[in-house]
Amino acid sequence: MSNANMPKLPARRALIAAIAAFALPGVALAQEPIKIGEMNSYKIFAAFLEPYKKGMELAVDEINAAGGVLGRKIEIVSRDDNGQPADAVRVAEELLTREKAAFLIGTFPSNVGLAVASFAKERKVLFIAAEPLTDKIVWDQGNRYTFRLRASTYMQTAMLVPEATKRPHKRWAIVYPNYEYGQAATAAFKQLIKQKQPDAEFVVEQATPLGRIEAGPVADAIAAARPDAIFSSLFGADLAKFVREGTTRGIFKGVDVFNLLGGEPEYLDPLKDEAPQGWVVTGYPWQDIATPEHAKFRNAYQAKFHDYPRLGSVVGYSVVHSAAAAIRKAGSLDSEKLVAAMKGLMHSTPFGNITYRPQDNQSTMGAYVGKIGLRDGKGVMVDWHYADGAAYLPSDAEVAKIRPAE
Amino acid sequence: MANFVVQFLNGLAGASSLFLVAAGLSLIFGVSRIVNFAHGSLYMLGMYLAWSLTEAFGRGSAFGFWGAVVVAALGVGLAGAAIEVLVLRRIYRAPEMFQLLATFALVLVLKDAALRFWGAEDLLGPRAPGLRGAVDVLGLRVPEYDLFLTAVGPAVLFLLWLLVNRTRFGTLLRASSENRDMVSALGVDQAKLFTAVFFLGSLLAGLGGALQLPREPAQLAIDLPIIADAFVVVVVGGMGSIGGAFVAALLIAEAKAMCIALGDVEILGAVVSFSKLTLAVEFVVMAVVLVLRPWGLAGRPPVSVEGQGAAAPPLAPPGMLFWPTAGLALMAVAFAPLGGDGYALVLLIDISVFALFAVSLHVLMGPAGLVSFGHAAYFGLGAYSAALVFLKLGWPFPAALAAAFAGGGVFALLFGWFCVRLSGVYLAMLTLAFAQIAWSVVHQWDEFTGGSNGLIGVWPPEALKDRTLFFWAVLAPCAAGIGLMWRVVHAPFGLALRAARDNELRAAAIGIDARKIRWIAFAAAGALAGLAGGLFAFSKGSVSPEAMGVARSVDGLVMVLLGGVNTLAGAVAGAAGFTLLQDELARSTDYWRAALGATILALVLAFPEGIVGAFKRGGRRAGSVR
Repeated sequence: MSNANMPKLPARRALIAAIAAFALPGVALAQEPIKIGEMNSYKIFAAFLEPYKKGMELAVDEINAAGGVLGRKIEIVSRDDNGQPADAVRVAEELLTREKAAFLIGTFPSNVGLAVASFAKERKVLFIAAEPLTDKIVWDQGNRYTFRLRASTYMQTAMLVPEATKRPHKRWAIVYPNYEYGQAATAAFKQLIKQKQPDAEFVVEQATPLGRIEAGPVADAIAAARPDAIFSSLFGADLAKFVREGTTRGIFKGVDVFNLLGGEPEYLDPLKDEAPQGWVVTGYPWQDIATPEHAKFRNAYQAKFHDYPRLGSVVGYSVVHSAAAAIRKAGSLDSEKLVAAMKGLMHSTPFGNITYRPQDNQSTMGAYVGKIGLRDGKGVMVDWHYADGAAYLPSDAEVAKIRPAE
Repeated sequence: MANFVVQFLNGLAGASSLFLVAAGLSLIFGVSRIVNFAHGSLYMLGMYLAWSLTEAFGRGSAFGFWGAVVVAALGVGLAGAAIEVLVLRRIYRAPEMFQLLATFALVLVLKDAALRFWGAEDLLGPRAPGLRGAVDVLGLRVPEYDLFLTAVGPAVLFLLWLLVNRTRFGTLLRASSENRDMVSALGVDQAKLFTAVFFLGSLLAGLGGALQLPREPAQLAIDLPIIADAFVVVVVGGMGSIGGAFVAALLIAEAKAMCIALGDVEILGAVVSFSKLTLAVEFVVMAVVLVLRPWGLAGRPPVSVEGQGAAAPPLAPPGMLFWPTAGLALMAVAFAPLGGDGYALVLLIDISVFALFAVSLHVLMGPAGLVSFGHAAYFGLGAYSAALVFLKLGWPFPAALAAAFAGGGVFALLFGWFCVRLSGVYLAMLTLAFAQIAWSVVHQWDEFTGGSNGLIGVWPPEALKDRTLFFWAVLAPCAAGIGLMWRVVHAPFGLALRAARDNELRAAAIGIDARKIRWIAFAAAGALAGLAGGLFAFSKGSVSPEAMGVARSVDGLVMVLLGGVNTLAGAVAGAAGFTLLQDELARSTDYWRAALGATILALVLAFPEGIVGAFKRGGRRAGSVR
């Protein structure tokens, strides 16, 4: 701290010391960032989570450049949970006790999200689940401390159903990854279709091991049942294999296909020019969303990373803004105040304004629904529209029935 | 009917893919006796290399793809040879299990290396030039590339047969797999032979991966599933038998295709979903084969070896200072958290639980000589038992722990009855098969086990909310369990286990029923693993199928081997070391897997007997003339 230019006069020194003594504690406090604990399965779902991490970084930069929250900067402390609920709970403990994180955000797979949600309830600490799609995290197993950002399996399925019932399909084939997300999507889809078209038939159902689909045999089994439409919740490598094997075998000719998440750049881009045209999907047409809030986000993202945003980027970016907005509204880092602030919290995201519903802690973030098309040898979404999450959630009375009272 | 014909053809193509990987693994095992865990990683490498080379040579052109396949296979072959020269050659004299550990460390390193070079996104390769289309078979379309693959399998089988039976190299291979020392005594350079075998085996893995590229994207997650599949095929076929591997690949691929073809079938009024069975069908096939034919379809019973290597020295009775030292150590651990922060407690709880788990596995691997690849099954079944009685029946914490102990024990008693009939790698693979079957049931039985989400909300009672108290509540049963195991190992029962391990014939001659005592040991180990699982569930607040997955079993193996398979204290040290290492590395580097792998590799090369084993050896050497 020595400064050669500073005259070493006693009076001056005393003055500086006095000012320092008065101001420094405040300065130290202001400089100490607010830590937010984040855990995710970075290694296992890297394709989604690397852009997610970049999205978080962008949001942190923006918030800190604007002076932070409560006069302090924010800092995200990230940990890899290996996709294992037990590891997630261990790192959550570490984030709270050793890093003194104010609260928790993140997680990807359903089981990890649910385990951390239960942990949040046990430790009475706020948890904003960014990505898990499981309906249970806000409904059957919901709790006061857990909030969820993304549109859930049920919501996204419900967004596809109006498209799926535009034409009367009698014979449905279903293929899904054999774990909670695929099972829940299938159950929700069958229920919603039956409500609208009671005479619809589900002629074949293929449950495939996650990441290990035997795409050829599955495609042939579906073709053998002669469906007029297919509902799929495959993603990632499973989707790529299914598209290629199915196309080679010609099973999609004259069949309408509806694929949950199929328009997310994470899963659409690897297909390149083989992206299946005409499939109806939920996803994220980042090229074509022209709203000011999205343009601002996309420009900032591309300027910072020299890469285009994926859906993960939007999720990572938005969850950090949710966290900051909650701290701002609560005016404190007290868990109960933060939870109270999250209830009904509204803020802007690249997809427009979202609200965390007070009745079930689910945000109203929506998704884009459209068809897959080809542009410059790449898969894109065409004829898309934004489906606002609020319109695809069950009524308050139904929520009250399925969600445990707080 | 047409459907089944087409599915049969699908099965043939799948069988070829399986066979290519399995053949390489079988070849390497047959000659070097090394169970190469990294074989799946070499396959993954083949996929990535082929992808990069295709991009480099030109995606559209025929040479682009086919040239890439050839070069990628050769490249992976060279990588395999390099691994043999740089790593495995140094540890041929170490116990078999250490070679396994070294190859597992390579899995970790190769995975992160691939992540570094190719990134995280799945890379979809081009369709195979010249074989893009499909042909009509009974009104359904069969891809040309599938027909090509169907032909590749038998072609490779034939070439391998020629190589093994009609060339001098093949004669040496066969001789070396029958009697290594004799071949060596006849003046054959073993080192060159092994390097050549690794080159060939790895080349086949690389070829398998490269040829798969038109069917699925190159991805990081492929390594472990592929190695599991390859193991299953090799074991079902009979270790070291290439023809057996071919038949096994056919059997498994067809079983899968038929399950998918059947889909949902109504049997006696209940709908059975055969497509869901694909999650574990290969393991069901393997379990059935191994129960009926303990050495696989084409395997021969191993020549009975008079004591695998030298008999271990007898256990030294505990010295005067043993109990005071153990007591002091326990006290030190119990009061350690008073100085640390909250997270130190969490780590200590994890270490206690994993120490008990590792010790239970050590008793199988050390004194009983039974290597288990599926020990996490009992850990997980214990955890589920505790969670189920706690959540559904409202049993209190101690009663739930008793249920965990019983749950792990009962299933170990059941599965163990089949397992102890086998030995060596076959036994290891049968334990894995049972673990995978149990996993897939737990994973899919939504109403009862919560399916893939598992059971959530298993927290300790109000009285143990204070984490120091909870730590003591965990430490006490763990210490008791470990103490009990120590007592058992040093009791006549443990000595009998060692006798049966070192020389089954002589043990039988003095009236030891090896199968029976192994069965009892298996059940006891299962019960203690179950107890560890129950404690684990309460410390994490939930239990999910991952608790009994392959990864957890492998963690257990690594802990035991890291500490040294010959000492019980080694398992405890291994559990502590592994937990702390993983925790520390995960926080300090993005490439913690590679760092962990490199650390394990360094330890294996430096201390081929494990950490505690090396200390003991040092002590003995100092005090005795050898």
